Amino acid sequence: MKKNNTNQKINHNISVKNEKVNLNAIQKEKKAEAKSAFNIKNLVILLCIIAGYFLLAYLVEYRLNRQFKSLIVPIGANIILAVSLNLVVGFLGELSLGHAGFMSIGAFTGAIFTLNMNLPGNIEFFLAIIVGGIMAAVFGFLIGIPVLRLRGDYLAIVTLAFTEIIRSIINTLSLPAGKDKAGELIVKKGAMGLSGIETYANYTWIYIAAVISIIVVVNLVNSRQGRIITSIRDNHIAAESIGIKVSRYKTMAFVIGAFFAGVAGVINGHNLSSIKPVDYDYNRSINILVFVVLGGMGSIKGSIIAATILTLLPEVLRPIRNYRMLMYAIVLIAIMLINHSTWKSRLQGNNLLSKIFKKEQVSE
Amino acid sequence: MALLEVKNLGISFGGLRAVDEVNLSIKKGQLFGLIGPNGAGKTTIFNLLTGVYQPTDGTILLDGVSIVGKSTAEISMAGIGRTFQNIRLFKNMSVLDNVKAALHNHEKYSLLAGIMRLPLYYSKERQMNKTAREILKVFDLDKEENYLASNLPYGKQRKLEIARALATRPKLLLLDEPAAGMNPNETAELMDTIRLIRDKFDITILLIEHDMKLVSGICEQILVLNFGTELANGTPEEVLNDPAVITAYLGE
Repeated sequence: MKKNNTNQKINHNISVKNEKVNLNAIQKEKKAEAKSAFNIKNLVILLCIIAGYFLLAYLVEYRLNRQFKSLIVPIGANIILAVSLNLVVGFLGELSLGHAGFMSIGAFTGAIFTLNMNLPGNIEFFLAIIVGGIMAAVFGFLIGIPVLRLRGDYLAIVTLAFTEIIRSIINTLSLPAGKDKAGELIVKKGAMGLSGIETYANYTWIYIAAVISIIVVVNLVNSRQGRIITSIRDNHIAAESIGIKVSRYKTMAFVIGAFFAGVAGVINGHNLSSIKPVDYDYNRSINILVFVVLGGMGSIKGSIIAATILTLLPEVLRPIRNYRMLMYAIVLIAIMLINHSTWKSRLQGNNLLSKIFKKEQVSE
Repeated sequence: MALLEVKNLGISFGGLRAVDEVNLSIKKGQLFGLIGPNGAGKTTIFNLLTGVYQPTDGTILLDGVSIVGKSTAEISMAGIGRTFQNIRLFKNMSVLDNVKAALHNHEKYSLLAGIMRLPLYYSKERQMNKTAREILKVFDLDKEENYLASNLPYGKQRKLEIARALATRPKLLLLDEPAAGMNPNETAELMDTIRLIRDKFDITILLIEHDMKLVSGICEQILVLNFGTELANGTPEEVLNDPAVITAYLGE
């Protein structure tokens, strides 16, 4: 009899515990499912973005030397490139080597726009970014339709060829490069590239552009369309069987990726002041791919970190001169090995780190 | 009128006649079984019905409308859902997202609303979560909703695939060997689930199966295929006692 009672008690305890757990789960759920864009999580993110800007402004104005100041815009541009390529490679699962091509289209469109327009500085630059991005997106759409029927290695080779074709075409074009003092139109040969582009790109512009591109990609990935894109990556036959028009959403991801590559191209051009078609060859595409692979496919955070570190690294390694690129390669290999080592997973198994990582996984 | 009306269906791959002169008539709410030895053309028929292959001849009418020539995605929207013999889940997505992905045609919002996080995004996402959880609950998967699909045990992966197919709200559900690799207990449980979803979601089910206990237990009508042609068609008792069927399975 007594034994029975204790058993019942234990049972009761267990059920109470279960209920509590369930309640907790429900509460968490409610917290996680925000009702509108105005919630605490978004407010915190907004504050972080603003604080990040002031930190960047402080660093640039008071702390950094010229060498590092000049790296802010390239870092930002590389972040945009890595994040947008990650959308295609990591989330859509298609290996594209066409990013330098889209970047080139953006850079030249933007440069021609600002050289030929006579608008006030910032407005002109803003419009150039939009026009460059849209031009790249249009090309992304046009080549996306035939090319996205291919998969894997074949797609990689075709997009690689696309980058080279864009380079060759711009080489043969005659580009309008604004007017000289007499009001005559200057025409430059494409292979010579464009020079005298106003250097509008500063840390404010690149910060805004990078933040917007990250927000767009993160929000896209966590939306209905993002789920469709990742489901195509995971199994395109099953995706079709649940009514997904695969080629349509593939093109969508590809075009959005191309748009941001174009934006990064415009910013890149207005940072360097002179651009040549040869700057945007397949080496550049592969460099961007390295950011994505190293940061982890399908991880936005990883792309941001990898783009930042790998842009800084060659500059940091400058003191060792001739061994610079050797060191760069060694660091690449080392990061790859660490990424796949048990050491890293053990580190993540530790309390603090695992808590941070888990939290971020849920919120993503 | 029958929900699915298939007449003289046939397909050739080069010189091989994989399916020949197959007729099917499935009434609304029926549980229909499709059986036959390996290589009899069962999965080929599923692929013909879902537009993966286009038939060389014959007609397929769903609710009186021909679906021949339509793409797989269009046929899914017309109301045929399916599962696969070798499980095809979205492995790197959560269990909940697997089902939510299948709801994409029912809870729609534009790309802009998703990126800008407009109010429509939040209301539709909430609706999607609710519906997806209801479906997962039927399959007892609601506690695992945040697991990656690839981390589920085999039996639950099969269930998740059915749940995902149901989320597209099909009129006709095609199950390709739902009990493959399951132990007797799991199979018995699956039989209950199949009956339950037929009644709860008010749909018609066509299933391929090798497990005779399952087939004879729940199917109301059975079509036996052999070498791409019809061998027998009728109730489980009629079909399983048919000498031709016994010969096809066990030999002379």
